[in-house]
Amino acid sequence: MATAARKAPAKSKSRPDGKSAGLSAPKPVDFTKDEELDAYRRMLLIRRFEEKAGQLYGMGFIGGFCHLYIGQEAVVTGMKMALVDGDQMITAYRDHGHMLAMELSPRGVMAELTGRRGGLSRGKGGSMHMFSKEKHFYGGHGIVGAQVSLGTGLAFANRYRDNNNVTLTYFGDGAANQGQVYESFNMASLWKLPVIYIIENNRYAMGTSVSRSSAETDFSHRGASFKIPGIQVDGMDVRAVKAAGDLATEWCRAGKGPLILEMQTYRYRGHSMSDPAKYRSKEEVQKMRSERDPIEQVKARLLEKKWADEDELKTIDKEVRDIVADAAEFAQNDAEPDPSELWTDIVL
Amino acid sequence: MPIEILMPALSPTMEEGNVSKWLKNEGDKVAAGDVIAEIETDKATMEVEAVDEGTLAKIVVPAGTEGVKVNAVIAVLAVDGEDIDKAGEGIGEEPVKAETATTEPAKAEAAAPAKSEAAAPVAAAPRTEIAADPDIPAGTEMVSTTVREALRDAMAEEMRRDGDVFVMGEEVAEYQGAYKITQGLLQEFGPRRVVDTPITEHGFAGVGVGAAMAGLKPIVEFMTFNFAMQAIDQIINSAAKTLYMSGGQMGAPIVFRGPNGAAARVAAQHSQCYAAWYSHIPGLKVVMPYTATDAKGLLKAAIRDPNPVIFLENEILYGQSFDVPKMDDFVLPIGKARIHKSGKDVTIVSFGIGMTYAVKAEAELRGMGIDAEIVDLRTVRPLDFDTIIASVRKTNRLVVVEEGFPQSSVGDHIANQVSQRAFDFLDAPVITIAGKDVPMPYAANLEKLALPNVGEVVEAVKAVTYRG
Repeated sequence: MATAARKAPAKSKSRPDGKSAGLSAPKPVDFTKDEELDAYRRMLLIRRFEEKAGQLYGMGFIGGFCHLYIGQEAVVTGMKMALVDGDQMITAYRDHGHMLAMELSPRGVMAELTGRRGGLSRGKGGSMHMFSKEKHFYGGHGIVGAQVSLGTGLAFANRYRDNNNVTLTYFGDGAANQGQVYESFNMASLWKLPVIYIIENNRYAMGTSVSRSSAETDFSHRGASFKIPGIQVDGMDVRAVKAAGDLATEWCRAGKGPLILEMQTYRYRGHSMSDPAKYRSKEEVQKMRSERDPIEQVKARLLEKKWADEDELKTIDKEVRDIVADAAEFAQNDAEPDPSELWTDIVL
Repeated sequence: MPIEILMPALSPTMEEGNVSKWLKNEGDKVAAGDVIAEIETDKATMEVEAVDEGTLAKIVVPAGTEGVKVNAVIAVLAVDGEDIDKAGEGIGEEPVKAETATTEPAKAEAAAPAKSEAAAPVAAAPRTEIAADPDIPAGTEMVSTTVREALRDAMAEEMRRDGDVFVMGEEVAEYQGAYKITQGLLQEFGPRRVVDTPITEHGFAGVGVGAAMAGLKPIVEFMTFNFAMQAIDQIINSAAKTLYMSGGQMGAPIVFRGPNGAAARVAAQHSQCYAAWYSHIPGLKVVMPYTATDAKGLLKAAIRDPNPVIFLENEILYGQSFDVPKMDDFVLPIGKARIHKSGKDVTIVSFGIGMTYAVKAEAELRGMGIDAEIVDLRTVRPLDFDTIIASVRKTNRLVVVEEGFPQSSVGDHIANQVSQRAFDFLDAPVITIAGKDVPMPYAANLEKLALPNVGEVVEAVKAVTYRG
């Protein structure tokens, strides 16, 4: 059992959970030196990028809604490490981390945040709506839960083409209460679609805690009525995520149908930039940051195993900061879209 | 008294059917609940059970008879020792065959038990000759085809042509389509490409859009567009907007199709026209054909179109026949209206089932010496204003007819645009005719009142042409 970020509720034995399907959360497998360094670099890029985005929002360069991923970096990073080329990803509006994990250009993402012509959607999508066919990233969706049906459709296409790719469909503990999630579960299970439903349980649906919004707070059980097994994963430990990702992708590629991974994670910032997060205590946030931080965990292991010293880590940090600074510089100075863009890309 | 067994109505829109088989012979004993015959409707072959006990005295309508009107006597049952020879006497001498089907539906008239005052009496109108479509080469062989068959043929042809095209929806496969539109597709293309879904509109609309984003070309059938309300978020927020939001990188080549608008006697939640709703949305194309020819050519175009297309059909039109060109690959342009009938005194613009009122009114008006031009929009978005305005410049008068609600209707938008673009050519205010501003009632007389009628169209034309 992965270390839960909170006390898991008592489980009823009658429910067809992951165990009854012969599944349990795999133990985190130790990373190699290269894997640790790779994870460290990837997670740090997301952390620094999001910090910069928050800063640019405060300066007025980024408008509208901006939902930061800080604290949850291990979830997308570990899952990405389990993918092969052609596997797809789709998520909701807290999506910058997912895009960076899928190796979309930091310049393109940041310039989209600032609404410039060099943005991934040429300035017409914004924070919540970015896509990359080339990188198999299908958005970026602003309607809570809609991406779950869409992701199921991506998996349908993979099954239709019999191409052995899997689709990672991300959603939060809040979206897990939307009806179309269960409509999708039903079809995915019925048709044995190769889709991994990743529920990022960061414990708050905007400002409503899981216990106030969900009758069943063990999200790994949410597929029980559809015979979809699920497992709870320590979403703060990138190794645990990667191990679960390996298990899940293998499960899907073997034609066994969908799987649910509940990633127990935590967002450090508010729901969006305008959220003061008064619904939780500062101590709760501080405790997660100091005890469970996904990046600090990797850093500690790297230092302990002497796979890197402080100077080497600082070098990595510098390289990452340079990438982010370059993206921010580009995003602030790139031109706004040409007014003619108002009328393009409506229909083909 | 012998009991008359009548031709049953087996669907909301059924007016006639075929007696395909008798399972009892004259002289056979019949118990209540026994299957006595098979009746073929335009949707399915149904078994007819006896309600009463007795002896089948006379089969009035033999097996194999087509076009038997609802409520015609098809057999006579003798009860309690009645003489079976006498029981059938004098029955079955009246004609039971429906009149030859025309392109004009008799739906409201047939469904209503009593004449309503609001309904203008419609004489047996001379049939309107459909003007030649410039998209059909002169001399092309024409084959009488129902709208239903035309839609099925369009899908089958496109599925043969492109392996990425598939159809999904409720009852599209094993059941052969709730309205038989997908009849035979499962047999030809198999369950991989003809996919029965659970009853889960929001979910399968999203699955369809996701598959389209991945490059497949789904045809998503809604059993009716009323049920698509459950799915409207995926249609608008996901299908229509993704191309724009992605800066042109990714869109959704998908067709959402199914019956739209009022059928007959299915009341408020099942009787609503969504033409105006979807026409509001940039990123969608909205097609609403009237003839079988347009249904075929435009559905093929919709399937090939790289954008999300809303394809609004009508249950009442499904069974109507039109001459469809026999061509290997008949594709019509989306966004182009068709002059259904050329005229000089007034322009009547309509689309979909609204055309049935326009066509009947035109015939009546012709009798009054008014030469109306009928423009069938065929596509509601993008609207072909060039054709509308060219017609208005010629006739100087415009009446728009549709079944949807009046506020913010398609007609309202046309009236607004014509007043801006062709004001100087108008000799009278534009009149828009729509359904009444009420939820659709169930009662036959009220339903008839809620829908537009031919009399309203005739009166509107008389008003804009300043005739008595």
